[in-house]
Amino acid sequence: MATPARSRAISLEINGEQIEMEVPARRLLVHFIRDDLGLTGTHVGCDTGNCGACTVQLDGEPVKSCMMLAVQADGARIATVEGLAPDGDLTALQRAFNEHHALQCGYCTPGMLMSASALLARNPHPTEEEVRYALQGNICRCTGYVNIVEAVVAAGGGGA
Amino acid sequence: MTTSPSNSLLQSTGSTAVETEKPVVLEKGYVGQSIPRREDKRLVQGQGTFFDDVRRHGMGYVHFVRSPYAHARILSIDVSKALELEGVYGTITGDEVAIHTDPFFEMSVEPGGLIKDYALAVGKVRHMGEPVAAVCAATRELARDAAELIEVEYDPLPVLVDAEEALKDEVVLHDDAGSNVVWSGVFDWGDVDEALSEADHVVKIERLHFHRFSSTPLECAGALVEYDRGTGEWTLTCNHQMPGVGAIWMAPALRTGIDKLRFVTHDIGGGFGNKICLHPQYVVLCLMARKLGRPVQWTEWRTDQHTANAHGNERTFLDIEVGVRSDGTMTGFKVRAIDDCGAFPRYEPLGCIIWAQVTPGLYGWRNIRVDFTQVCTNKSPVSPNRGYSRMQHLWLTERIIDIVASQLGFDPVEIRKRNYVKAEQMPYETPNGCVYDSGDYAAALDIALDLIDHGSIEERREEAAARGKLLGFGIGSTLDSGTNNFGQSTLLNPDLQFSGNNEAAAVKLDIFGEVVVTLGTVPQGQGHETTAAQVVADILGCPPEQVNVRRGHDTWFNTHAGFSGTYASQFAFTGLGAVKGATELLRDEMVKLAAFVLQAPEEAIELADGMARIKDGPEEAALPFMALGAIVNANNAFLPPDFNPTLNHRYVCRPYFGMVDKEKKTGQLTLTYATQIHAAVVEIDPETGEVEIVDYAAVDDCGVRINPQIVEGQVHGATAHAIGAALSENFVYDEEGTLLTANFYDYHVPHAMDMPPLKTGAMESPSPVAPLGAKGMGEGGGGGIHCLCAAIQDALRAAGKAIVYDSCNPPHRVWSMLQDPEATRANVEVTSK
Repeated sequence: MATPARSRAISLEINGEQIEMEVPARRLLVHFIRDDLGLTGTHVGCDTGNCGACTVQLDGEPVKSCMMLAVQADGARIATVEGLAPDGDLTALQRAFNEHHALQCGYCTPGMLMSASALLARNPHPTEEEVRYALQGNICRCTGYVNIVEAVVAAGGGGA
Repeated sequence: MTTSPSNSLLQSTGSTAVETEKPVVLEKGYVGQSIPRREDKRLVQGQGTFFDDVRRHGMGYVHFVRSPYAHARILSIDVSKALELEGVYGTITGDEVAIHTDPFFEMSVEPGGLIKDYALAVGKVRHMGEPVAAVCAATRELARDAAELIEVEYDPLPVLVDAEEALKDEVVLHDDAGSNVVWSGVFDWGDVDEALSEADHVVKIERLHFHRFSSTPLECAGALVEYDRGTGEWTLTCNHQMPGVGAIWMAPALRTGIDKLRFVTHDIGGGFGNKICLHPQYVVLCLMARKLGRPVQWTEWRTDQHTANAHGNERTFLDIEVGVRSDGTMTGFKVRAIDDCGAFPRYEPLGCIIWAQVTPGLYGWRNIRVDFTQVCTNKSPVSPNRGYSRMQHLWLTERIIDIVASQLGFDPVEIRKRNYVKAEQMPYETPNGCVYDSGDYAAALDIALDLIDHGSIEERREEAAARGKLLGFGIGSTLDSGTNNFGQSTLLNPDLQFSGNNEAAAVKLDIFGEVVVTLGTVPQGQGHETTAAQVVADILGCPPEQVNVRRGHDTWFNTHAGFSGTYASQFAFTGLGAVKGATELLRDEMVKLAAFVLQAPEEAIELADGMARIKDGPEEAALPFMALGAIVNANNAFLPPDFNPTLNHRYVCRPYFGMVDKEKKTGQLTLTYATQIHAAVVEIDPETGEVEIVDYAAVDDCGVRINPQIVEGQVHGATAHAIGAALSENFVYDEEGTLLTANFYDYHVPHAMDMPPLKTGAMESPSPVAPLGAKGMGEGGGGGIHCLCAAIQDALRAAGKAIVYDSCNPPHRVWSMLQDPEATRANVEVTSK
């Protein structure tokens, strides 16, 4: 019987940059992003896929990067929080988070931003209800979501 | 010279109701403005630095082997297979811990004081998830694999999960103590027997239960620990929120000097008190780093955090008796409280006294007796959790009010207003010598009632009934007491050498004119960098942008004091008090220096627009801050020998408390009292017991609000924690001591869809004792739990009149109360003259 491969070379695009790397077959995508690529903006808040702190965009869709293996992302296009404002010019969404006090400890914020920016990409003017629905996979323990929802609605111009 | 504008507010003794949506903008001042936070820029770009983001060359990853049993003797631990695995660097077991460290300092008198608490289990495990060994390996995955290879043989013992059962001592957790009781004592103020006998009615409540939950910060605990062999120093890059006290525990256990432990924090992903008792794991990391001669890192897993880090105190209230006059005036109450602190006391038994900061709640009753006992059980240890110990007691006082109101037919608004401490009684001394500094509870309640349109409740109740729903309305009146007097610990153990409180800050003017602020506090999202800059900018007359507030805490800054940290709602007092004190020292020296250089009297100098200048003087009679910084730091030869400005000042804010009276158990246990009045309207589906919040308001009065937007954010967060606790969050154990809610699947915290729209209101009753008139307010006192319990009970009036007896009311409990309301009513008895 053949021994299963313990590692595999993968190739993917992350924040516009092409990466090729040998990764252990068992490594979670989030640990690949954080530990191997050093993109520590993506966080880990649970071990059950509930909290959403690790949310990134995979081919434009928000996904929890703790719920897939790095090798499963082979060939994908990934965006992390570091890719939102590569030159330091904050996006309207990031500015809205600041203006509306939508973050306190900031630990959930990268995941929130990745879920919210994916929402705004497919629905540029979401209502409060649509924002709450889109963010229900992201846990925040500081804000009670009030100002997060307000910020996302504001970034979308205040709803449809 | 510009002075802090909040001083003018300090003069005013009255309260002003203000709209939170339109923050007060004080003339020329930054204090009082909702300045967007400066911390955010890095955090919204993923450029924050949390401890798990920090790496070191050759670093090893630590994983703990944890007990699957709640109570068992450890027969053997075999690490040999783990050590054979390639990439494993080493292990630590309880035997090594027992040799190389001493048990942690215990704060209780006997029997609790006899408990031996080591960094890893020694001989016995006492709760599920208790660490019994640690392994360090080259990767996170390998460390986990290696932990699986460590073989531990256990001999299970009978398990205690019930606090009242634990009192019987038939099974004892700690053989050294010989009893499960950690601490017990009676607090007796006034004359409760007389108060009960002169009352027209006595309401007896057999049992109320405040459940176990915790605020579960999204970032779990952890640290990166490096050991320097040459100096014997450890550096902990970590997320401990109270390093001063952490070091007091750790240094003696490690048999080292306190200065050998350097705590460094950067950004911290929430704390809420849950990051205060990290010393056991940190000691293991210190031993591992020293043993292996390499940096070691540990990041706690979510399931481990829920299972074995820090729960909030669970408390059962028994045999409550309340005296009530026919007009609704409450004369006093007595209660027996059994507090369950889990397997080890750690920060306890402080919870046995912290509640006494708010002994009468918001009410004027003068006769109170509390018979308090704390016990160990085979559950996770506790640690302070947002609202620590006061929340449990305030929930009791609010339950009493609403149960009395329901039994004797009083209106919940009227009975509160009749019994609230009145605005004109402020400052008000409680029966146990605490001083409520300011506030107008009835006025705050009126704002909350307006926000939820209280006048329309009956109409809405009928409308909901027509839809088959039970509508209820409830109030939660609560206090957030801030700035602890650690002398209260001596009411538990007279031999403890703690009293008072302190916090430090340093402020300097650098060579290029930049104002640099170093805090002793350890923020976890409270926005200290922003609010400290606001205070400094006002005092120095410069824009906040010119003020650099360093992120985080570092022991080596030498800007910390014994009680440094961020906990117990005290930054507004001690943290900003230290910032204010240091800045004023700097300001005075800048004025003196400018007067010398400009050859003018000091009174003629003002600091404004980032300059020191002669008031109403010519334009050239001005020195930019840069000139002052450069003179002292780089161009000082012309300064006379007897004038030696440093432009670098450290200040320790040490609030005055006086000493507590150990005999009478009285004293000023804390200094400021922020008020929060919550009001909720709920609808219950009688088919399922599901509770929906349809209207909600929280009114906060924390005196001067340095940054109203940040204050409101804290109100939102505390409310969300309370809503989660009241409706779903519960650490549930089975009879074998297995935690059934060990992760976010089973332990449901509010998500965006769960949170109702929150209305907020604010008042400002400045504190006459706080340096800036501002009170700590972040904990919120559990107002949401109190008001939701009240609202649920009100809703159930129309369907059997059940009495809410537990602080957690998920659908199954509400459904049970609907099915068998008599069972809950049997818990209450009224005797009338």
